[in-house]
Formats: sequence, structure tokens, C-alpha cells
Amino acid sequence: MDKTSTTIPPFIDRVDGIPKVTGSAKFSAEYDFPGMVYGVLAESTIARGTITGMDTKGAENAPGVLAVVTHLNCPKLPGYESTAADIAKRPEVNRGFRVFTDNIIRFSNQPIAIVVADTYERAVYAASLIKATYKKDKHNTDLNEAIKTGKPVEGNNFKDYVRGEADAWKNAEVKIEVEYSMPLEVHNPMEIHALTVNWEGQDKVTVYEKTQTLSSTQSSIARAFGLKNENVRVITQYVGGAFGSAFNTWPHSIAALIGARKVGKPLKLMLTRSEMFTMVGYRPQAIQKIAIGASKNGKLTGITHEAMAMTASYQVFTEGIVNGSRSLYACPNVNTRYKVYPLDLSQPTWMRGPGETTGAYALESAMDEMAYALNLDPIEFRLRNYAETDPESNKPYSSKFLKEAYQMGVDKIKWNERNREPRSMKEGDWLIGYGMGSGIFSAWRGDAKVSAKFLQDGTLVLQTGVTDMGPGTATSMTKLASDIFGIPASQIKFEMGDSNYPPGPFQGGSGTTSTLGTAVHNVCMNIRKKLADLIKDNPVFHTQLIHSVKPEDLVFENGSMILASDRSKKITYADAMKNAGLPQIELLEQSPANPMANHTAYSYAVHFVIVKVHSITGVVKVTRVVSAVDAGKIVNYKTAESQIIGSAVGGISMTLMEEGVIDHRYGRWVNNNFADYHVAVNADVPKVEVLFVDKPDPILNPIGSKGMGEVGIVGFAAAVANAIFHATGKRVRELPITADKLI
Amino acid sequence: MINFEYSRVSSVKAAVDVLAKNPTGRFIAGGTNLVDLMKKGVTAPTRLIDINGLPLKEIKETAAGLSIGALAINSDVSENETVKKNYPLLAMALNAGASPQLRNAATVGGNLMQRTRCTYFYDIAMPCNKRQPGSGCGALQGYNRMHAIFGASDKCIAVHPSDMCVALAALQATITVSGPKGERKILFTDFHRLPGTDPSKDNTLAKGELITGLNIPKNPFTKNVYYLKIRDRASYAFALISVASALELTGNTIKNARLAMGGVAHKPWRLTESEKFLVGKTASRENFTKAAELAMKGARGYGHNNFKLKMGPVAIVEALMKAMV
Repeated sequence: MDKTSTTIPPFIDRVDGIPKVTGSAKFSAEYDFPGMVYGVLAESTIARGTITGMDTKGAENAPGVLAVVTHLNCPKLPGYESTAADIAKRPEVNRGFRVFTDNIIRFSNQPIAIVVADTYERAVYAASLIKATYKKDKHNTDLNEAIKTGKPVEGNNFKDYVRGEADAWKNAEVKIEVEYSMPLEVHNPMEIHALTVNWEGQDKVTVYEKTQTLSSTQSSIARAFGLKNENVRVITQYVGGAFGSAFNTWPHSIAALIGARKVGKPLKLMLTRSEMFTMVGYRPQAIQKIAIGASKNGKLTGITHEAMAMTASYQVFTEGIVNGSRSLYACPNVNTRYKVYPLDLSQPTWMRGPGETTGAYALESAMDEMAYALNLDPIEFRLRNYAETDPESNKPYSSKFLKEAYQMGVDKIKWNERNREPRSMKEGDWLIGYGMGSGIFSAWRGDAKVSAKFLQDGTLVLQTGVTDMGPGTATSMTKLASDIFGIPASQIKFEMGDSNYPPGPFQGGSGTTSTLGTAVHNVCMNIRKKLADLIKDNPVFHTQLIHSVKPEDLVFENGSMILASDRSKKITYADAMKNAGLPQIELLEQSPANPMANHTAYSYAVHFVIVKVHSITGVVKVTRVVSAVDAGKIVNYKTAESQIIGSAVGGISMTLMEEGVIDHRYGRWVNNNFADYHVAVNADVPKVEVLFVDKPDPILNPIGSKGMGEVGIVGFAAAVANAIFHATGKRVRELPITADKLI
Repeated sequence: MINFEYSRVSSVKAAVDVLAKNPTGRFIAGGTNLVDLMKKGVTAPTRLIDINGLPLKEIKETAAGLSIGALAINSDVSENETVKKNYPLLAMALNAGASPQLRNAATVGGNLMQRTRCTYFYDIAMPCNKRQPGSGCGALQGYNRMHAIFGASDKCIAVHPSDMCVALAALQATITVSGPKGERKILFTDFHRLPGTDPSKDNTLAKGELITGLNIPKNPFTKNVYYLKIRDRASYAFALISVASALELTGNTIKNARLAMGGVAHKPWRLTESEKFLVGKTASRENFTKAAELAMKGARGYGHNNFKLKMGPVAIVEALMKAMV
């Protein structure tokens, strides 16, 4: 990226870039303490049933082993005990999974024991010696089977949504009814989930844990072990990607805490890559039926969207798969239905653009099919159904620049110069295709706390309990503070990743920048006020009109307060503090959530993709990506661009490669490794061109920013799938679209 | 991983002797596959005999052809100027395999010895006749998208994963091995075996033998060759189907042809009938299509891999067409 470009606003490089590339950044598995021991899990080989016997002798007698904990000898956890009665009252699907509390097997590869040993290798070996015997029950891990013979989960989350008339598409002049399916997908961040546990006695613990949320990790651990929140310190200085997998406090973490407390030593537990498929969630498989009706001139008259997805037998997981169909287009009649079926698998969880990504794959593919049915350009079809107010709530948008995003992408990729006819564009043996898809994701703002300390030497220290899974939160917050407070980024220390700091927001749902940015904005503005206060009576700044200086009379730039009406009158922050005998200014800011009573807020992305498909072998190559994004004002261009590039990589993987495969006979994974579960490699990813509308949202927060972590992948799969249709004339309605489906 | 003994050897004889004394030991060179198998509990050798110190790294062209030491690194072979010039099919196949990091560690001998990537073979909680004879074949009725369409049995439908070996089969290489009974040579296509009733044996290496090198006879396939690999992503993925094609042309007439497929059988699958058909014929899509039809005789799918019956002939034609360019 060219820093001197006149079209790109100034940005800063990652503040954590050097620690990360030099290896000085410490991740959760990289803390070492004297006497460190290692925890390794033993896992079930069946998918449903009960453990009838456990032979742990071999493991206990293996060299270096300090403890083996199973359901037979696990100390009772107050959090699990106190809720036992409550749990018993709940339906099975709401009871959750409590590691080592009973002999019930709920999924294959369920942890059934933790072995603690003095070295990792010895723990691995000992864990392999644990032998369990089971009474097998009939299991089902197949969503199609569950739809045929099982019952969906019941509850308020599953009520049908109807706007206007249900199934109005049936009476439309032009209509389509199609079904799309996608397999379950796994986050697979580069950094494997790991934690290092350090108990100080029985009721105080420090946990170095991979998490997207310090405060709920802290309270989950405190609740399970019956501790006071303040006795659980969670430290997460760096996270090597998560994509949603690090919200929950997963059973392996509780197991590690149990093991460490039992032996009274600091303990490290790191999952294996294979365990990443069964221990920390995944994007649920979904089968979606979607029907669209429109008038001949391309006005939508009805959308019906039904999604059937999976969850675990012990834990309902829901997400907004059908939500986008209610809100993306102006359509008077929309009805949606969402069902989830419990399976004997570990529980799914949020994964990048949760729900919306799944739903937009279906909606935006169907919109493309409909555009062809209407003989309309897909962009023109969307513009004819552009929602000027939120069709779901009828409220005005806080801001919406989707039209601008369409146009930016259309211009950049020269959309209108393509031949719209399917299978009409060729280069030798390669068929060329253009496709687009759009994404919508809620923008919001929660509450957050941040503390600030401004020192006479010009250093600003900000502290908050947030973690950064990769988007560059510390970087964008540093840039924001630098801009607002008027000091160079190099003088700002943004400290985070410790539950001892004032609680920041969780990182996810595309709300971190909006939420934490508000707190950082406010605290910087309040220090400005304090500084202005120091000089209000300083006669140097007085004019005929100004007898007492107010913050709004001043410009805060390069570490100085400058009188706006006469820029020759100025004073450095340091001098102002020195004169006042003030060594530092300290503030704690709590910024509230914005409930958005009168508006609706969304971020938007429009993805344009060019693919080439080999006419003989069916091999697909994505050759160009242009993503145009309305995420409000961009705080730091470089990290923002990286977010969208990462989304495109995820989107290419999702469309062309990713597929979690279970052998339903055994209820076991067959591709839980990186040789068999494919994600895009460098050779699969072209240059990704990112365009930002970069217009501030005036309502959501004072910084004008909406979110973008999620929306970058929402609608992406449809763009690729639509491009493949345009190239080949073949509509593959099942992800991933591999070569064998195109020959 | 279970504890094991470790020894280093500095001569072929010493290597063979140490293995003779430790019959449950294994040779290790690059270790790119063996270490994985040990971590997964698929195999547990009691001793690793490190052969990296043996003088078997040479790549040398002689009047008879190319000789490659068993310990030559995959990337050293694929980047070798003689190989690129006179044996380009081998270089192409090597570069299609694994990732640069793996090719920098893996040896030629190890490449021959790598075991199937069948997922049922790797998961010790699943049945697999190759790993545990008599336990059944998990893939037969299970997830078999990557599996064999030729020469499989009801005991095993796994495929050999190598790309390099597909080219070596086409180029009629010979393998040299040393064992307690001395040295012997094995024709490449006789080295890997079909599963039959005993899939636990991947090859015809006798107990105690060490691969020391291989030879590729001098051949005319320097220009019209191609290694086509169809896979799920652009790099670092095993073949759905691969085809090594080599043609010797006089004008537009095929004087000599070699064809082998990967990702379709328990061993690199040489297409001798198609080769015979092509000799003397005009190099044309029509004749290539007929050759591909011949190649597919006897192929059968097992469900998820049925697409290979369609992809196979298409891939053969494409590989031959590409060899013409």
C-alpha cells in the first residue's frame, strides 16, 4: 500500500507488527513457569452412549504422569453442582456440556480424561493408554436424516416471520424456487486454542487463554469453580486468529483448570489441529430453500426463505441465517422459517459473519438466478429493489451507502463491459465468468470502559480489557486517539488483553471499533477538556471575544492547543501541565451502548469476482476480486483493507474448498486435518482490491465508523458461485464447488 | 508418541545390519510421512535408524540414463538442470507434489515409501485392513472421494499418494535395494503392489531391505511431456486424478507413448494398453479419446469417487493435448 497516495487517507502500520514478526509477541501457549506441567485429553471413540468402564492404570503408571482425571475422580465443581437441579429441569438440548461430570457420551472425540504429566510427550503417550469401554446408543450425525426422521428444536427463536403475505412469491409473474446446501465449516485459525493456567492456592488463578472476550471468560471460570470474579485473572496479549471460535470457555479449558488445580502446578494445554475440529465449534451445516417472486419489470413481490441447520444434542445454537432476507431488499411480502436439528456432534458456534454468511449464500445466489429469469442485470435488479428505509422495522437507516458501493465496484471491475450471456466469455480452454453478491450485517455499539493516563512527557497510555484476534484493534485505537488527541501514534501506548484493566467489549459481531472507539473518543475528548481547563484563564489566549478559553475555541494538534481564531496563540500540552504543576492527567471513561431507538444500522459489502473455469477439467480459479464496502468512516485504512482481504480469502475457501466430512456410520470426522480439510493457499488467491465508501455514519457513534469484520465475507460465496454460473452456464447449488461438480 | 531408540548409520551395510538386529525398527530420512504416522499412533517403530548420513544423494547422468540416490531431496531433483532438460516429466511431477517446505525435506526413497493418505488408515479408532489386518475397510462403504477406481479389492480401496512415482512409472525406472542377501533391482511398476487380500503390504520390498537409488533409462521424452494434476486447490493437495503423459513424435505421428495415472489405484497406474494403441497413430484429440476409453476399462467407482470415472478419461485426453503444446 502506498502511504503517499492522495486517494487513501493517512494510516499507520500495525503497532503489534514487529512483535508478531520477530516472535516476541506471546501467545497463550507461550508462557512458561517453573515446574510447568502439561495436560493432554483422552477422547471418546463413539458418538453416543455411556462409559461403562475406564482403565486408567496404564496411564497413571506411565513415566512422568502426575494425575489422570476422569468423571470417576473429578473434584466436584461448585458451578456445575449448584446448577444441577436447574439443569435437570431443562430439555436435554439446553443442558450444555460439563466436562467430566457424568459418563454420558454426547459426541465422538468428547474429552473423557485429562492426563497431566511433566512433559508434553509423556502426557500424549499416557493419554493414548487410557482405555474406555462403552455401551453404545444409536447416534445420528446426519442433518438430512434428522430432517427426515427427527424433530427440530422448539422455542421462541424458531417462530416463523411473516411480513405482508406469506408465500406471496407463488402468485408472482416471474418466480423461482431453489434449494442450496452447504456443509459445516471449521474456523481453523492459525493459532491453535491453548491455555496456560497458574493457580495461586485453591481459589485464585491466572489464566493465559485464547479468547475474544476477557470478561465472560473470567466470569465463566469463576462461576464453574465458585470463585470471585476478581480472583480469576485472564490474560490474552495476542490472539492468532479466531473467527468466532474463541467466545466460549470450552470444555478443554475447564479440564486444564481442573488438572492444574489437582496437581498444584502451572499447566499448559494446547489442542492438536485435529482437536480444533471437535472442541471449539464450527459453522453449522445448512440446507436452505428459497423462493423469490417478482413482477416482469423486476420489482420483488415475495421472498420465502427457509433454513434447516444443525446443533448439538446438548446445546442449542442459533444464528441469523434468514435475517438478511428480511432486510436486504425492499419487498412487501417476506416470510422466513428457521429450524435447527440436534445431532450427536459437538456444538456449533459463531463463525465469521455467523448466520448472515450462510443466508446470503442462498439469497444472493437466488437473486442472481432471478435476475437471469427476468433477463435483467443483477445490479439493475438490485437497484430496482433498493431499500431506502429498513423494510423490517420501517425505521430510517443511521446511514446507508450501498448504492455508492455498487457503483464503485461496477466501475472498478468494468462490470458493464462483460457479456451477460452465460458461457459466452472464453480464453482458450478457460471459460470466464463475472459474478457479484452483496452482504449486510448489523452495526451496533455496546458499552465499554477505558482508562487513560496522559503524562507530562507527552505519553498517552490507554488501557482496556479487550483482546485483538487479528483485525488490529490496538492499531486502529492508537490511530483514533492520535487523530483526536493530536499527538503522534508513537506516543500512544494502547494496553489491552488483561482482565485487570477496565472491562472493554468482547471482540466480535463487528462491534469492537464502534464500541471501544466511542470510549477512546470520549476519553480523549475529556482529556482535551481538562487541558483546555488548565489554560482557560491564561491571558495569552484571550481576545476581544474570548475571555475564558473553551475547548471548542481550540485546535488540538501536534501536542499543542492552538487558538482556532488566531493560530499564533498556542501552548504545548506539556507546558500547560507544567505551568499548572500537574504531572499527569488520569481519567476513567465509561461509554454507554447506543440502543438506536429510532434508527437501524447496517454495514454493507458488495463483492465482484472474476473466475475462470477450465472447460475440460472443471478446475476453478478466482482471478480477480473487488470488494466495495460501506462500513462508515474508516479508522485506519491499512488494517481495514486487511480485514476485507482476509474475508475474501475466507470466502474463496468457503465457496471452493471447505467441507467438514463426518462418517455417519461412526459419527466421526474423516477430514479433521489440514491435508484433507482444504482452505485456500496463496496460489488460490488473486490480488484482492478493496474499496471503501468511507462516509461517516452520523448516528451510531461519534467516530462515524460501522463494523466490517463480518460483512466482508457475507455474500462472497454467492459472488463466486454466480461467477461460476456465468462462466459455465451450470448452477451448482451445493458448496463447496469442486472440480468434480463442473465436469 | 511412544519412546523409541535412535541410531545413526554411516554406511549402507551398517544400516542393513542395524535393521537386521532390530526388525521392529524403521529407517528414517526426511521423515515427512513417518513422523506423522508415529504421532497418530498408526505405527510405532522401536528404533529409528537415521540414514541421512549415507552417501546416497547423488544425481548423475550416465550413458544409460539418470541415476538418483535414494537420499536426494525432492527439490534437489526437480531443480536439477539435467533433470529439467532431459527428464522434464519427473521435474513436473515433483513440483506438483506437496509444498516447497515438504519437498525440501522429503527424499526420493521416502517418496517411494510414503503410505496412503486414506483417512481410515490414519484414525486408529476406525477400521482399516492396511493398518490392522482383519479390521475391515472403512472406506469401502464410507467416505471414499479420494479412493481407487482401478485394481482395488474388497479389503482396501486406498490410493498411493505420490506424484513423483506416477512419472517414474511412466519413465520405466528401476529401483535398487540393498538387504541382508545383497543388492537387487526392482522394476518400478513391480515395486508398489495392489492390495489384494493383504493391503498391509504397500510394496515388494523384502524384510530388511533399504532403497539405495533409482535409475531412469535414457529416453526420448524431453519435449512432448506433461504432468496434469487435478486437485481441490492450486497447491498442497493430493490428486483427485493425475496423469503423466509423454510422447515421442515424428511429424504428427506417435512413435512412442507413455501414460500413467495417479490418485486412481493402490500404485501408480501405468496405462500400457493405451500406450500400445497410440503408437503409430496420429496425435489427435480423437485418438487420445480412444486411448482414454481403453484406459478406463475395468474402472469402478465406490460412491463418492464415481466422478473419477468421468474425470479420468477427460484428464488423460487433456494431459496428452498439453504434451503436444
